[in-house]
Amino acid sequence: MAPETAARPLVPVSVRIQSGDFDISEEIGALTAGRADIGAVASFTGLCRDEGGRLSALELEHYPGMAERAIRAIAEQAVERFELAGLTAIHRYGKIAPGGNIVLVVTCASHRQAAFDGASFLMDYLKTDAPFWKKEHLKDGGAGEWVSAKDADDKAKARWRSKP
Amino acid sequence: MSLRIVYFAWVRERIGKGSEELDLPESVTTVGDLIAHLATLGEEYAAAFEVPQVIRAAIDEEHAEHDEAIGSAREIALFPPMTGG
Repeated sequence: MAPETAARPLVPVSVRIQSGDFDISEEIGALTAGRADIGAVASFTGLCRDEGGRLSALELEHYPGMAERAIRAIAEQAVERFELAGLTAIHRYGKIAPGGNIVLVVTCASHRQAAFDGASFLMDYLKTDAPFWKKEHLKDGGAGEWVSAKDADDKAKARWRSKP
Repeated sequence: MSLRIVYFAWVRERIGKGSEELDLPESVTTVGDLIAHLATLGEEYAAAFEVPQVIRAAIDEEHAEHDEAIGSAREIALFPPMTGG
């Protein structure tokens, strides 16, 4: 295994894989408390959709250990590339009802563009590289399908390769 | 040599188990060899690895290509393309 490159010193990077819910305000507060250098905070929350009333839940399976490791590797790249001042990423697993939270990314930076880009970069890589799989549970009680990976997700990731 | 293999999502469902320890023939040296070998172990494995090129792999929790050598890996994971986020 290649040694992992450490993130910029003193930049807090928190990655959590959990079944329980999260509170966005609390997470932003934890990143910004006592900091006078942060000028921008961006957050992204991914929620469970019901797909036009079809789904009763999504069930998220993950690869314990690797899930945390993969997201941490992407998070550390984001911190380096966009000179972030702090980052929190939380991904839930288990059964999540429509309207429920699935994933949260909070990025802090001196200026807004880095915060926006860092969150977007992390989500684009997480979609294709973090070992999570969604299975549909149908409202009519029927067995749902595993969600298929989308070409659009690969394209979303690829766009970061051509940018400086 | 015995190796722990873990399966996720529809690969796990088709095979009917989440993990197993397997003794591999010496001819199995890469991830691709492993997938081809597993596909011969029975109907359920053949169904899971019907389209080998869609299968993603990780060696000791790091993403791995099909031509990557298994070497002294402790755990290999095989799974469909990821759909988190």
